[in-house]
Amino acid sequence: MLFPTVLQGLVLGGTYALVALGLTLQYGIARIMNLAYGEFIIAASFVAFVLFSALGLSPLLGMAVVVPAGFVLSYLTYAVMMRPLVARSAQGGGGRGRLEIDSILATFGLLFVIQGVMLVIFGGNFTGYTYLNVPVEIFGATVAANRLVALVLAVMLGGGLYLLMTHSRWGTALRAVAHRPEYAPLVGIDVNRTARLAFALGGALAASGGVVISMYQTFTATSGVAFTMKALIVVIMGGVGNLLGALCAGLFLGLAETFVAAYIDPGLTLAATYVLFLAVLLWRPSGLFGKAAG
Amino acid sequence: MFTTQRRGALRLFGLAAGLAAATALSLGLPAGARAETIKIGYAVSKTGPNAAGAGMTTIPNYVLWVKDVNAAGGIRLPDGRQLPLEVIEYDDRSASEEAVRAIERLATQDKVDFILPPWGTGFNLAIAPLMARFGYPQLAVTAVTDKAPEFAKRWNKSFWFLGGGSDYAEALSNLLAEARNAGKINDKVAMISVADGFGIDLVKAARPALENHGFDLVYDKSYPLGTSDFATIVNEAQASGADTFVAFSYPPGTFGVTKQAQVAGFNPKVFYAGVGGAFPVYKNMNGENVAGVMSLGGIDVSSPAIADYFKRHEAAVGQPPDSWASSVTYASLQVLQQAIERKGLDRDAVAAEIASGEFDTILGKIRMEDNQLRTLWWAGQWQDGAFVGIAPGGRTGARSPIVPKPAWK
Repeated sequence: MLFPTVLQGLVLGGTYALVALGLTLQYGIARIMNLAYGEFIIAASFVAFVLFSALGLSPLLGMAVVVPAGFVLSYLTYAVMMRPLVARSAQGGGGRGRLEIDSILATFGLLFVIQGVMLVIFGGNFTGYTYLNVPVEIFGATVAANRLVALVLAVMLGGGLYLLMTHSRWGTALRAVAHRPEYAPLVGIDVNRTARLAFALGGALAASGGVVISMYQTFTATSGVAFTMKALIVVIMGGVGNLLGALCAGLFLGLAETFVAAYIDPGLTLAATYVLFLAVLLWRPSGLFGKAAG
Repeated sequence: MFTTQRRGALRLFGLAAGLAAATALSLGLPAGARAETIKIGYAVSKTGPNAAGAGMTTIPNYVLWVKDVNAAGGIRLPDGRQLPLEVIEYDDRSASEEAVRAIERLATQDKVDFILPPWGTGFNLAIAPLMARFGYPQLAVTAVTDKAPEFAKRWNKSFWFLGGGSDYAEALSNLLAEARNAGKINDKVAMISVADGFGIDLVKAARPALENHGFDLVYDKSYPLGTSDFATIVNEAQASGADTFVAFSYPPGTFGVTKQAQVAGFNPKVFYAGVGGAFPVYKNMNGENVAGVMSLGGIDVSSPAIADYFKRHEAAVGQPPDSWASSVTYASLQVLQQAIERKGLDRDAVAAEIASGEFDTILGKIRMEDNQLRTLWWAGQWQDGAFVGIAPGGRTGARSPIVPKPAWK
C-alpha cells in the first residue's frame, strides 16, 4: 500500500515541479514575477491540442514546435514589454522592489490579453484529448503513462538545468545575475542579455509543461491562474530561482497531497498544501533550499 | 463683408444645429412610441471560471434562438406586427455582483423588453430579487435547486426548469435499486463529491436516498475544487468492493476521474459521473469508452425535433449541444417566444401565460407545474454514441439502462 502511494505522489509532484521550473527561472534570475505564466502554459496546451486533433501530431513530437515557440515568444515579451520596466527601475532607483511591482502589474495585464486572445480563438469550452492514457506498472503499482512522462521530464529538465547552472560558465553567469545583478557587469556579464535568456528559457519550460499537462488534464482558456498559483507556491517553497529546490518542493508537495488523500481524507489535500506552505514560510522564509543557491 | 460672411456662417450653424436637433427628435419619438424590435437583454459569463459552462449550455442556445427567430422574420405579436429581436449582451465576468449590475442596467437604462437568465444556480439566485423588483419574468434554466418551489412562491415571475438535487439523487437511487433487485449489482456504493455547491447539494440528497434504498456507502469522500489528480481516490474506490461508483463532480473532475478509472482498470458495474458527463467533449475524449457511463440529464434520441435541434445547433455555433441542459435552455426560449406571441410585450401577461399555458417545444408539449418544469430526464446513459434518457423509465423515449457497463477498452 505504501509504495503505490509514494509512486502516485511522485508522479503528481512531477507535474507540480515541471510547472514551477520555468517560473523559478523567470522570477529568480530575470526578476520578473510573471503572473501570466499560467496563460503561457495553457496557450501551449491549446497548440498541442490543435496539433494533435487537426494534424494527428503526437504531443511529444509537438513539443519540438511548441517549446521553441515558447522560447521565442517569451524572448520577445521580455524584449518588448519587460525591458522598459527593467531600464526604469535601474535609472529611477527603487531597484528590485520597484521592478517586482512593475512586472506584477504589467504581467497581470498580459494575463488578460493572452486569455482574451485564447477565448476569441478557442472559445471558453473545456478542451482535452486522450494520449498515452495507458497504465504502466512499476513494481506492482499502476500509474498513467502520460503522468509518468511529466515526472520524467521534470526530473530530466530540472536535473539537467541544475547541472548546467552549477557546472558551466553560462550557468555561473545566470547565477551571478540572480545573486548580485548590480555587480555582475563588473565581471563582464551582460545582465540584460542574461535576464532575457533566463526569461525565455522559463517560457520554454512553461510551454513544455503545457504540452505534457494537456495529455491528461482538461483545460479551458481561463484555467491558467490555477497553474500560476501552484507554481508560485512551489517556487517560494523551494527557494526563488533554485531549480533543484523547485524540483524537490514540487515532488514533496505531490507526496504530501497523495498521502493526505490516502491516509487522512481527500478533502484535506488543499488544506495540507497551504499548511506546508505556511510552515516553510515560518521556518525557512527563503525556501527549503535557500535563495538561488543553484 | 466680413460681418455678413460671419453672420451667414452663424446662420448656417444655427440651421445645422436646428436640423440636428430635429433629426434627433424625429428619431427619438417614434422609437419610444412604437417599437421596431423586441429588445432582449442578457448578462452571461463570457470570461472567467464560469465561461466554460456558459459557453457550453447557455450562450450557444441564445445565439441559435435569436438566429432562428430573426431568420423567420421575428416574433408575431397579437396585434399583427412581426418584430425581429435586438440583443443587448453583457459579460458578467463570472462575478455575481457584475451580473446584478448588468441586470439593473438592462432594466433601467437599456429598457429591454425581456431579460434572459445568466448561467448557474448561484447567479440565477443572485439576480432573482432584482428581476422580481423590475417585474421581468425569469426563466431560470441552469439552476438546480431543491428550493425551487419556495423560490417560485417568493418571486412569482420566476420559473425553474432543471429540478433539484434530490430529484436526480432519488432517480439514481431508484435505478440502482432496480439493478440490485435484479441481481445485477451488489449493495455497496462508492461515492465522491466536489466540495462546492453542486457536489454538496447532490451528495446531501444522495446519502439518505441511497440508504433508504438499502445501499451501503462503503466509500464516501469529498475533494476540494480544483483537484486534478484522482489516483488515490480511484484506488480506494476500487478497493472498497463497490459495484457502483458515483461522482458528483464538476466537468474537470468528471473528465479526470474517468481517465484515472481507465488507467487503473477500475471497471465498476455502474459508473455515474457528474456535470460534464453529457458534454460532447466527454465523448470526443473517451471515444467508445463512453458506452455505459451514466450521468445527469439525457435526451430522447427517437425524437425528430431533438435530432433537428442537434443539427441546427451544430450548424449555427459549430459545436453540438450538451445532452442535459442545452435542449431545456432552447425549450425555455421557445416557451418565452410563444408566450410573447400570445400576449405581446406586456411582461405581467407573458409571465402569467408561461405559468398557465401549454407550449410546443423541442422537448414536446410542456407545461409548468407551480412555475417549475417537472418533465425532465433525471438520469441518462451513453448508449450507441448518444447520451439517452433512462430515468424516469416511464417517459416516452426512455431507454432501459445497460448494467453492467461494458469494460473500458
